[in-house]
Amino acid sequence: MTNTLSKQDIAKVASLARIEMQDDELEKYAPQLSNIIGWVEQLSEVDTDNVEPLASVVDIKLSLRQDEVTDGGYPKEILANAPEELEGFFVVPKVVE
Amino acid sequence: MTNFTELTIAEALKGLKNKDFTAVELTKAHIDGMEASKELNCFITETPDLAMEQAAESDQRYASNNEQALDGIPLAMKDLFCTKGVQTTAASHILKGFIPQYESTVSQNLKNAGSVMLGKANLDEFAMGSANITSHYGNVLSPWKKTSDPSADLVPGGSSGGSASAVAARIAMGATGTDTGGSIRQPAAFCGISGIKPTYGRCSRWGVVAFASSLDQPGCFARTVEDNALLLQSMAGYDPKDSTSAQKEVPNFAAALSGDMKGLKLGIPKEYRMDGMPDEIEKIWQDGIAMAKDAGAEIVDVSLPHTKYALPTYYIIAPAECSSNLARYDGVRYGLRVEGEDLNDTYSKTRAAGFGDEVKRRIMIGTYALSSGYYDAYYIKAQKVRRLISEDFINAYQECDALLTPTAPSAAFVIGENEDDPIKMYLNDVFTVPSSMAGMPGMSVPAGLNADGLPLGLQIIGRPWDEETVLRVSHAVEKQANFTAKPEYSTKMAA
Repeated sequence: MTNTLSKQDIAKVASLARIEMQDDELEKYAPQLSNIIGWVEQLSEVDTDNVEPLASVVDIKLSLRQDEVTDGGYPKEILANAPEELEGFFVVPKVVE
Repeated sequence: MTNFTELTIAEALKGLKNKDFTAVELTKAHIDGMEASKELNCFITETPDLAMEQAAESDQRYASNNEQALDGIPLAMKDLFCTKGVQTTAASHILKGFIPQYESTVSQNLKNAGSVMLGKANLDEFAMGSANITSHYGNVLSPWKKTSDPSADLVPGGSSGGSASAVAARIAMGATGTDTGGSIRQPAAFCGISGIKPTYGRCSRWGVVAFASSLDQPGCFARTVEDNALLLQSMAGYDPKDSTSAQKEVPNFAAALSGDMKGLKLGIPKEYRMDGMPDEIEKIWQDGIAMAKDAGAEIVDVSLPHTKYALPTYYIIAPAECSSNLARYDGVRYGLRVEGEDLNDTYSKTRAAGFGDEVKRRIMIGTYALSSGYYDAYYIKAQKVRRLISEDFINAYQECDALLTPTAPSAAFVIGENEDDPIKMYLNDVFTVPSSMAGMPGMSVPAGLNADGLPLGLQIIGRPWDEETVLRVSHAVEKQANFTAKPEYSTKMAA
């Protein structure tokens, strides 16, 4: 399944990742990412039939707690680091025309 | 007169208790050290005023016999731990100006224990790197020099490079770190100090800037194994705010340090003997095996057959989790914002300006591995191999109590080396990544110097939740190795 990533592939991934990229950056990342992806593809030689994926290594069961409010009520702190805020809200560029 | 910066934490606690000196004196000496060694670039934010305040409070507690476990001990805090009211950057431009409104659980635990924070230690951007050369705030230098080329600047290792360098240079008595694939153990080895990554879940991740959540684990650095035991004691423990933190009692770590390995079986994994491994690494490993025998351990050969697949597995899982975790940096709630034409453009421009090269690379690998059509081939496949890697360790522990390996495949290298090819840099973590994938506790202890006068470390890996054996074996290795070498820098500073 060896994949070589083209400039177009990198452009698509960059757009999915919401990172603006100029042409020279696409040129730079295409061979680098192709190499890394080519290198990780050695995993295909491992027989993983009937192996369950491992998502978490800890033998810890996620526990439930009472569904009650335990935190909150400090909008000022929440907004303290906002690049732009107005009347208790984060401000973003207009989304809906 | 006491040379404050040469004391171990255990010695300093004794001295403070005896009123031989004050916490203010101890902290002042380390602040002077921090001032005198700015060229190492160990800190992104220095907090000398806060440190002096905390030290004065500490002296009051000693005066009223109300001192806590680490009272008055000056530490460096990796700048990945959120600290209330003190800028936290993760060494990234994208967190520009971010001042947390809350304190991470681990740093709060250390505060509660009375420790003093000297500042926020430099690191690789978002803890992604093995040489501390990806920080937006510049490279960290190791205090060590090669005898063959004393003018060359060496890397301290990464990602917790500022923490390790500060402890090695006698600026801080100990430091916090985080370890995702080797970010505590590898810099500890490069800097000639010890550092432990406990079992995943032993220390809370709450308030630690996330990189790869199924792997990230806080831990610590110090110049002795005993000091690490003392630090970890205060850092560890269940935290309801981190759903993966363990509801397990924290044992008395320092009590595990018996000074020997009698009755222990120590496994030597044959797959760690890599092709092209430098002779000096093979030699330090053999030295370690001899030390373990002298300390009373029985040596057994074990096999971890999937070792060679650990790094490629890591470089799918860690970037995948990173691409998801770092999606939060969007220029809306905190940090940098670069205005665009619309919301999407604002996101893209902010993230383009805010993230460095290596972080972008990993976000892109992760985004690719998780994207439609590739998810099963890469991410699920990697999770399956991860299970096999984890089972390797469980099988090996049928035959032994802990594993002994080199920490890194080389000594510290010169800044600029290994930068041409990302995979070359990734290979630094070849011995530390497998145990990270399996969530096992691991520690690095300095065991000797190479021909060029640079420290080499040995890694001890233990069973899950058995940091006690890891610390006990490490302590016995430390005793046998009797590593007393110091970087020239620290002696220069004290003069």
